[in-house]
Amino acid sequence: MTVTRRPVVAGWFTGDDEADFRLLGTRCTACSSVFFPRADDFCRNPGCQGDGELAEVPLSPRGRVWSCTDGRYRPPAPYVSDPDTPWEPYTLVAVELDAEAMVVLGQAAPGVTVADLPVGSEVEVVPGILNEDDEHVWTTWHWRPVPAEVTR
Amino acid sequence: MSADVAVLGAGMHPWGKWGRSFVSYGRAAAREALADAGLDWRDVDAIVGADTVRGGYPGYVAGATFAQALGWQGARVTSVYAACASGAQAIGAARAQILAGLADVVLVVGADAAPKGFFAPAGGNRPDDPDWLRFRVLGATNPAYFALYARRRMALHGDTVEDFAQVKVKNAAAGALNPRARYRKRVSAEEVAASAVVADPLRLLDICATSDGGAALVLSSVEFARRHGRSDPVRIRAVSTVTPVYPKTVLDLPDIATDSAVAVSPVAHSFRASIARAAYEEAGIGPEDLSLAEVYDLSTALELEWYEDIGLCPMGEGAKLVREGATALGGRTPVNASGGLASFGEAVPAQAIAQVCELTWQLRGTAGDRQVAGARVGITANQGLFGHGSAVVAVR
Repeated sequence: MTVTRRPVVAGWFTGDDEADFRLLGTRCTACSSVFFPRADDFCRNPGCQGDGELAEVPLSPRGRVWSCTDGRYRPPAPYVSDPDTPWEPYTLVAVELDAEAMVVLGQAAPGVTVADLPVGSEVEVVPGILNEDDEHVWTTWHWRPVPAEVTR
Repeated sequence: MSADVAVLGAGMHPWGKWGRSFVSYGRAAAREALADAGLDWRDVDAIVGADTVRGGYPGYVAGATFAQALGWQGARVTSVYAACASGAQAIGAARAQILAGLADVVLVVGADAAPKGFFAPAGGNRPDDPDWLRFRVLGATNPAYFALYARRRMALHGDTVEDFAQVKVKNAAAGALNPRARYRKRVSAEEVAASAVVADPLRLLDICATSDGGAALVLSSVEFARRHGRSDPVRIRAVSTVTPVYPKTVLDLPDIATDSAVAVSPVAHSFRASIARAAYEEAGIGPEDLSLAEVYDLSTALELEWYEDIGLCPMGEGAKLVREGATALGGRTPVNASGGLASFGEAVPAQAIAQVCELTWQLRGTAGDRQVAGARVGITANQGLFGHGSAVVAVR
């Protein structure tokens, strides 16, 4: 059986190309509020006078660390992990996006630890793999520190 | 004051891991509250149950489930679910019925039999459920969110893990004096530091356990209390069940992102702060009037944030209060004199009711070794998943 790559949730991010990988949200065409995860049915701004037209919009590829932590214990289902293998902690990072004026949570890229993510430091979004099974490679987004030579 | 309701009775099933149904805990708590009120269950006009999501249908219809367990007697029934704020909504519903003249006496009950370890969403494949998604996509447990807040405090306000540990030391010392608490042992800062990291920077002893437990209140009109020979009962003066104001800009359980502040400027105060503000406004009191507070210490670091959110100190100065001992028993404004969730663990639909039980005993002056001297005014504060506020002001 062939293994296919599939996003863990449809429509939350672009394909696998690292060069232009982006999270996808929606923007209210009336009041310009941005939503992630995407809102497609209605705008949640109570003062919005629009009638619910929401357009897909790529989110900023970079932001700054709002806070971060890690998971030293195996999370419960529906997180997928093999109980027969030793637990490998993952890092979670909340990222402030200036242009959207919002904070987005995500896992950090493999190998990135809390020590690599001081509050306020710059990170970028990259494609990642959440888990694999017999039929699928489930893809997701990861945040990783922006290399120093690029931030110069 | 005409908007007051009286607390005629308070009851609790001790917290722990007892291995029984939530119904038995709720029934035991209810019977204790009724005995405390000096009332027969058949004298009660209405029952409000705070729902648990465990236990299948009986959990979702907790009001009727407790009524059946106590024996059907035809009372008006309400069941409410608001996650950790379920108990406050149950109290709010009971109070509204009393103030509207629909009932003289209402029994409020919440109980849970919680699973060990991390809370997890209901089963099945449910990609339209934010709570399911945060686990499936991120593995983001509740302690992960508490840890994000904790690290943010360290970066912004200079809090240290030693400050966080002091909250556990303080609450464990109070819990050691409470016969209804699950953990009745003092804890040292060294023991906190030696416990395993769960979500950096929080350790096992920084995070509350899950527990079984039950709590109940008998509420009545002040007029009924007077007729019943209670001329000076503890009174509930405010119940805050507010939602956030858009845009909510602090990342919160179970969200993967905050609202965007692109179109609307955020209000000056956080959602958690607005919960207490609404209660203060309704009660016509301020933080300076408090004798004590019971807040939701899901983590030690979160308790420090509540100090600021309920107005005991300016933003960022919570750690200073615990360092000074201001929030310990004997301090200026004791917080979690009951021992808090640190000593009880979390029994979701019971906890907000249990907080009011503690205020009741404190304001009556019957809290034993943990009594706050001369207690006259208390507040509870708590927050329910998905945007449910919860605060209660009680006075004597």
